[in-house]
Amino acid sequence: MEENIKPVIDSRIPEGPVAEKWTNYKAHQKLVNPANKRRLDIIVVGTGLAGASAAATLGEMGFNVLNFCIQDSPRRAHSIAAQGGINAAKNYQNDGDSVYRLFYDTVKGGDYRAREANVYRLAEVSNNIIDQCVAQGVPFAREYGGLLANRSFGGAQVSRTFYAKGQTGQQLLLGAYSSLNRQIAAGKVKSYNRYEMHELVIIDGRARGIIARNLVTGKLERFAAHAVVIATGGYGNTYFLSTNAMGCNVSAAMACYRHGAYFANPAYVQIHPTCIPVHGDKQSKLTLMSESLRNDGRIWVPKDIEDAKKLQKGEIKGSDIPEEKRDYYLERRYPAFGNLVPRDVASRAAKERCDKGYGVNNTGQAVFLDFSEAINRLGIDVIRQRYGNLFDMYEEITDVNPGEQASEIDGVKYYNPMMIYPAIHYTMGGIWVDYELQTSIKGLFAIGECNFSDHGANRLGASALMQGLADGYFVLPYTIQNYLSDQITVPHFTTDGPEFDEAEKRVQANLDHLMNIQGKRSVDSIHKELGHIMWDYVGMARTKESLETALKKLRDLREEFENNLFVPGSKEGMNIELDKAFRLRDFITMGELIAYDALNRNESCGGHFREEYQTPEGEAKRDDENYFYVACWKYEGTDEKAPSLIKEPLHYEAIKVQTRNYKS
Amino acid sequence: MWLTNSSVGRKVVMSVTGLFLILFLTFHALMNAVALFGFKYYEAICEFLGANWYALVGTAILAGGFVLHIIFAFWLTFQNRKARGNDRYEESAKPASVEWASQNMLVLGIIVLCFMGLHLCQFWAKMQLPEIMGEHPLSGTDALALAFGNWWTLPIYLVGFCALWFHITHGFWSAFQTIGTANEKWICRFKCIGWWWATIVMGLFAIEAIYFTLHFNNIINC
Amino acid sequence: MENAISFNIKVWRQAGPKEQGRFEVYQMQDIPTDTSFLEMLDILNEQLIEQGKEPIAFDHDCREGICGMCSLYINGHPHGPATGATTCQLYMRRFHDGETITVEPWRSAAFPVIRDLMVNRNAFDQIQQAGGYVSFNTGGAQDANALPISKVDADEAMDSASCIGCGACVAACKNGSAMLFVSAKVSQFALLPQGKPEAARRVKAMLQKMDELGFGNCTNTGACAAECPKQIKLSNISRLNREYICAKLAD
Repeated sequence: MEENIKPVIDSRIPEGPVAEKWTNYKAHQKLVNPANKRRLDIIVVGTGLAGASAAATLGEMGFNVLNFCIQDSPRRAHSIAAQGGINAAKNYQNDGDSVYRLFYDTVKGGDYRAREANVYRLAEVSNNIIDQCVAQGVPFAREYGGLLANRSFGGAQVSRTFYAKGQTGQQLLLGAYSSLNRQIAAGKVKSYNRYEMHELVIIDGRARGIIARNLVTGKLERFAAHAVVIATGGYGNTYFLSTNAMGCNVSAAMACYRHGAYFANPAYVQIHPTCIPVHGDKQSKLTLMSESLRNDGRIWVPKDIEDAKKLQKGEIKGSDIPEEKRDYYLERRYPAFGNLVPRDVASRAAKERCDKGYGVNNTGQAVFLDFSEAINRLGIDVIRQRYGNLFDMYEEITDVNPGEQASEIDGVKYYNPMMIYPAIHYTMGGIWVDYELQTSIKGLFAIGECNFSDHGANRLGASALMQGLADGYFVLPYTIQNYLSDQITVPHFTTDGPEFDEAEKRVQANLDHLMNIQGKRSVDSIHKELGHIMWDYVGMARTKESLETALKKLRDLREEFENNLFVPGSKEGMNIELDKAFRLRDFITMGELIAYDALNRNESCGGHFREEYQTPEGEAKRDDENYFYVACWKYEGTDEKAPSLIKEPLHYEAIKVQTRNYKS
Repeated sequence: MWLTNSSVGRKVVMSVTGLFLILFLTFHALMNAVALFGFKYYEAICEFLGANWYALVGTAILAGGFVLHIIFAFWLTFQNRKARGNDRYEESAKPASVEWASQNMLVLGIIVLCFMGLHLCQFWAKMQLPEIMGEHPLSGTDALALAFGNWWTLPIYLVGFCALWFHITHGFWSAFQTIGTANEKWICRFKCIGWWWATIVMGLFAIEAIYFTLHFNNIINC
Repeated sequence: MENAISFNIKVWRQAGPKEQGRFEVYQMQDIPTDTSFLEMLDILNEQLIEQGKEPIAFDHDCREGICGMCSLYINGHPHGPATGATTCQLYMRRFHDGETITVEPWRSAAFPVIRDLMVNRNAFDQIQQAGGYVSFNTGGAQDANALPISKVDADEAMDSASCIGCGACVAACKNGSAMLFVSAKVSQFALLPQGKPEAARRVKAMLQKMDELGFGNCTNTGACAAECPKQIKLSNISRLNREYICAKLAD
């Protein structure tokens, strides 16, 4: 199946069996000696798990690091919001886990669209991450014996997820932030807070710097380095409503894309099954309820459509429906994995039920997540100990306490179920990188969610933290040396060159343009419209027609943006609307990119579901014959022009490609 | 010196001097209580303390502690107001768990200081000071008679005790918190002990003051 | 509307760090009670933009109570009247029809106002940089289970580590003290064996930095812990004092 795709780009995967590639690579790669490291500058944009861990580690090694974040402190990066945990193949539970099994689960979970070599490396270094974080003082959950505790997560049959209450992302990020702080104090990392990267500077074909705007003063500033690393996260906010933070944006990645960095697999967008449903048009973001809830929570809708109608009208409550009239559709459809099927499967199943009219809230766009059985079995204290903070969070938002008994029918106690619905959560696609995490632009690296490499078409729970930290602590600090080893004679750059002048001029012109449109519409109103287009036509279920409609609507929206945007204030000093306008322009381009890729990929796989391509049971139908490749999109000079497609064929040596099965 | 140039150090000075003053107050209340059983016993204690070397050393240390406590209180408050910044909140609400006393320690302290000034004039200046100066001191009982013979002494003293009660209910557990001896359990215990201590000792002082007033105004005679 | 309220909102507006600030009052009509407080401010900002005015600047990011970016002193409370919740987790059902809601920035000398309701909390980063870490280089770790840690200590360390660095403790403290923030980090490491080797150095360095930056002296009023959205305990401060005094006495 691979022979009909001609490889045109080099992913630089080392030779040898998959289990030995990384070891071989490290043994033979070029290194930079300590004295030379001092002469080399590296820009790291972003301070999430990937950015902070990379900046800290590069600093420890002796490089001079310049580290940027848009928030007021590196600790605010959105990695902090990850709740559930981080995977590692430690096999501390003696349940048969191994590096290979984690590798296999991740590739399978990703619907066989990830790059095998990258995933194996990820599984391999996963254990180092846990060691590293424990040594940093990350307070992971422990058993009474003093050893680390684990929980299970979607898409796996072993317990390999390490966690720190429901705040694992926070604790891991604070660990990376503490290492970063140590390097800032040592003078090896210079930290720029409230700075946003607006443009990439390329000199003689290599990434050599960035133009960043100081968000407080509004001034553009120039920064030069021997290599640029972007760790700026995903593009989920293209959909306006997502679980991403308000500030998450794709502008840095888009700046790289416009300079020729390929954007890979943009259609792979993860929709998380357990979010609090949308409640109104004023809503600004969606709140995730951790996937760990699916360990003890059971997902259901009523069996009878009549009950569903009554729920939608508000005539009865979920707790009024007895056990025998509930349809635990995940357990029914996927007996082997039950409520712990991967996210894409769970999300689509929820949508399928709601589309059939079984939705349980006033909009018909919600299903129940119920803890009655678990509470009756284990007692409320145990359940509160596990999920207390999530229950409180749910109650604060919805005014319903899931730990409160609501009814008793035939001697069975029923508790208030949570209402959940899928929402945009994570983006598997991203800037294309080779095995060394280098993009198609020399000297430009992309790490974390920002790149595309490890999750294929769908990411398993608790793997994002793993990938971010793997890239930042254990992969990039090695591979970047392979690039930098021949840069040691290149002196520190000045920022006075013509390339910097031009880059700054471009940004300035863009900002001036945004200020001068002086139309009628606010940034948010256009962004919301973008979100509606994306969710309705490029969302959970896509068709050729919907995608073509989306592309047309997006063109119109760009028109509207370019001619009818209104940004108050001036470009001097802080201007929060100007910041958002700058990002929105890139979100629109990103939206188109997602649609182009989704339209191109005539198959269903992972987070990308085309209604035309499904089995009679409604499962995703892949087409390995024609789409067993990474779709890399190349910018064609202007935003208006469609990007061109370059294919990176996938080669699987260790794993047999087959249809995903979570039924038995 | 960390006791003066670090915030925790400065608080340790407040804490240690405060605890010392609490100790002093305990003895003071107990010694006065002797008078309730008979003024001749009280005279004996006054005689015992007098201007002997140990009493003088004790007084000097006590005075030193007082002065430090007061100087540091003003210093800390000055620093804290500076740290708060120039703009004040338009609207501020006190969380239920925050004691009123804890936010008004300086004001309470100043009330106590005024009361103490009066108290020193009425007793120390007439008893130990003349003795140091080589003059003839007043006897304890005479000093009590002179002070509590005035009708206004009692209300002023009661106000002073009240301020002290508030000051100590916070100061007691705060002192232990500052020297690092508290944890989640012991914070509650120290608060409880502090409350009882302040109530018993201030109650004792109040009873004494009321008794002396009644006695020296010849309302009761025993 | 049944589940909607109308109210006045009195907001602090300040064009820049050195400009004179003032309150402005805006009327809000029919805001659904399931709107979050920050979404209500979004609505207000949309209205301002519609009128051609500049929107109110306020810090916010994750909107799920974990990043620590949001601030706001609402009706006399940091993060508003709810307990154990940040401003972004505050919903309008906590407010009443017809009331006037006062919104101010954190006020502390160490947190200068940048604009409107946005303050500069860089001082917190500086304190962390002074010693809020375990000195250890990537790659040198032993197996994670080689070092058993009692569950009680690990859980307590986790509670201390929950601090989100929002600055509500400083905002709530009448002395502008950052002790709860510093003590949370010091406690996390003091409770874990990994933090022990440099415990004395850490506590001295972090405290010295805190003092240098102009935070006030703790007087144990407890307002910080009462208002902390993550319910960091007051006992952390006692532990910090203990660690510091022991470190100094050992010198």
